[in-house]
Amino acid sequence: MKKRLLVSALPALALSVALGTAQAGETLDAVKGKGFVQCGVSTGLPGFSVADDKGNWAGLDVDVCRAVAAAIFGDASKVKYSPLNAKERFTALQSSEIDMLSRNTTWTLTRDSNLGLNFAGVNYYDGQGFMVSKNLGVKSALELDGASVCIQAGTTTELNLADYFRANSMKYEPITYDSSDETVKGFEAGRCDVLTSDQSQLYALRIKLSKPGSAIVLPEVISKEPLGPVVRQGDDEWFNIVRWSLFAMINAEELGVSSANVDKMKSSKDPGIRRLLGLEGIKGQGLKLSDDWAYNIVKQVGNYSEAFERNVGQGSRLKISRGLNALWNNGGIQYAPPIR
Amino acid sequence: MSDLPNVSHTPGKPAPWNDPKIRALVFQALLIGVVVTFGLYLINNTLHNMEQRGISTGFGFLDNTAGFGVTQSLIEYDETYTYGRTFFVGLLNTLLVAVLGIISATLLGFVMGVARLSRNWLIARIATVYIEIFRNIPLLLQIFFWYFAVGLNLPRPKQSFALGETIFLNNRGLFIPRPITEDGFGLVIGAFVVAIIAVIVIARWAHRRQDATGQPFHTVWVSLALLVGLPGLAFLAAGAPLTWEMPELRGFNFRGGLSVLPELFSLTLALAVYTGTFIAETVRAGIQSVSHGQTEAARALGLREAPMLQLIIIPQAMRVIIPPLTSQYLNVVKNSSLAAAIGYPDLVAVFAGTTLNQTGPAVEIIAMTMAVYLTFSLSISLLMNWYNAKMMLRER
Ligand SMILES: N[C@@H](CCC(=O)N[C@@H](CS)C(=O)NCC(=O)O)C(=O)O
Repeated sequence: MKKRLLVSALPALALSVALGTAQAGETLDAVKGKGFVQCGVSTGLPGFSVADDKGNWAGLDVDVCRAVAAAIFGDASKVKYSPLNAKERFTALQSSEIDMLSRNTTWTLTRDSNLGLNFAGVNYYDGQGFMVSKNLGVKSALELDGASVCIQAGTTTELNLADYFRANSMKYEPITYDSSDETVKGFEAGRCDVLTSDQSQLYALRIKLSKPGSAIVLPEVISKEPLGPVVRQGDDEWFNIVRWSLFAMINAEELGVSSANVDKMKSSKDPGIRRLLGLEGIKGQGLKLSDDWAYNIVKQVGNYSEAFERNVGQGSRLKISRGLNALWNNGGIQYAPPIR
Repeated sequence: MSDLPNVSHTPGKPAPWNDPKIRALVFQALLIGVVVTFGLYLINNTLHNMEQRGISTGFGFLDNTAGFGVTQSLIEYDETYTYGRTFFVGLLNTLLVAVLGIISATLLGFVMGVARLSRNWLIARIATVYIEIFRNIPLLLQIFFWYFAVGLNLPRPKQSFALGETIFLNNRGLFIPRPITEDGFGLVIGAFVVAIIAVIVIARWAHRRQDATGQPFHTVWVSLALLVGLPGLAFLAAGAPLTWEMPELRGFNFRGGLSVLPELFSLTLALAVYTGTFIAETVRAGIQSVSHGQTEAARALGLREAPMLQLIIIPQAMRVIIPPLTSQYLNVVKNSSLAAAIGYPDLVAVFAGTTLNQTGPAVEIIAMTMAVYLTFSLSISLLMNWYNAKMMLRER
């Protein structure tokens, strides 16, 4: 009995020790001290965060981690990655195992207000969709009454799915797996008729199928899924750095500055560009970064458009079009406050 | 000073601070006090820190609407029930797989344990191979095997194995007709209860008669006849108040009837096969611990193999078997939490998984979950200790 009591107290002990209150400046100091950013990513989602066989990570979410490292160290490679499944991710951030989370995570009220976390921005506007096997002959999600649906645990997906079927008075059988690999396997083995997730991830998971052509993504989008980087609540300085690293990429696209022309742009007369590159204006001062923080991001990681096309757009296997993620002045809703 | 104690009191009654019993009590009370205070301090500190960090705490979430679906529930549940309800849905699903796992592991383990000692070469070999293979493969891999390689490789719903349009087997589960009782079924249940009472009375009487006169009675056959016959007669008398709801393929899946999910099936099977190996070894050790003289004595009395096992060997072996058997049962309960890996909605998956994810109070939810496992484990321990005491060697 006594032993059991101790054993059950241990996790509580671990939590209480790990949960110091976050103070402004704490994370940046710790990151500078150890010399790298510890970034939480997915366990492997093509286009967003995926490791090659040499262990090099790439993807749209990974690029946010790299941008933060470039802003702090002037070196985008100073990142260490923690692959996390959906269930583990928030605990990892809360307990300071990671400095930031950049893992296709939806910004919701519960997560923003109940978990002691803050969302630093949106790097991909998504929405939940359905993937079905082609030979089912289903053309619309409204034909899915009575279907079995594979989902990954610990995602926003579970609730959206329930809401959608309830709103349309349809029945369904949810099969909830812990990891994305099992979810895909369950779908391939025919345990369920439908796999549901954010649409971008459906395209990514489809690549992982043994026969990607055998599945189609249905046209319906049933939810809003703004995905973005997350930090612990209470360290405003760190929050600002992560947020503005992302904004710098988006502003760079808007100003037409890319990794290819950034050096040439240094002699530009456009005051917006000159402020972005730290040649005039506030520079890195308020963020406690060097003046060329944004220059380093663009030079080493690229602007938002470059990151998008390289990872999930036309330069990738996913071939996702910009859609909602086009800039605000180009038909989309990606919009970053100005650097001035 | 050194001779003071000798003077101050009589040898039989030491001063309270010297009485080993009182001392032990005081020290134990102190230790408990320290542990409890420390525990409370930890919990308090954690909750305080979490609140500071903006992480929600408290049990208020239990009353909120859950809003998510669960595949299998033994009690009524849908999206409109509360998070508190999801706790019981998960708890019962864990209990179900634990009970099924324990029963089937025990059956398999006893059969294999006895088989391993069989004088039939083939049977003994089969048991040995079974034990050596399944004891040495990690349980999670076995669960994946039974689920992905066996369960999900069954045909799809449209190509189900069918037994006369009433029972269907496919990779979505096993579907059987569901009995629906009508008015008058209470009579059948009543008759069944009467039959059970009658069986108990008869068994007692037969036992006493055999003790007194040595005359055996066919208790088993009479009991069976009673248990089947009485409810059967009542059933006919009430005008067969029972209909069946048949499973039928509609759209993607079978609807109606009762179903056994492939997740439940695979998890139970994996738990049974894995734990069965350990139970088999325990049973073998137990049987071998009974001295050979007992076997020889039984043979000398002319007992055949089966009654010898049943009347002489097993009862004595049980004393050695029960304690390790208890810890195997505890393992089944704890290992059942691997369910989440294959999507079986147990307590960990539903409550410590989805509910925690949608609400946030980690300490409360994990504490509730741990309390459930602790309660299950302690209940099993108590039950088995009671059984152990009953089976203990009684000196006559
Ligand atoms: N955006 C949703 C879903 C995110 C999510 O975890 N999606 C799954 C897709 S099935 C995933 O990325 N899994 C990858 C992994 O677990 O590593 C959320 O934030 O809850």
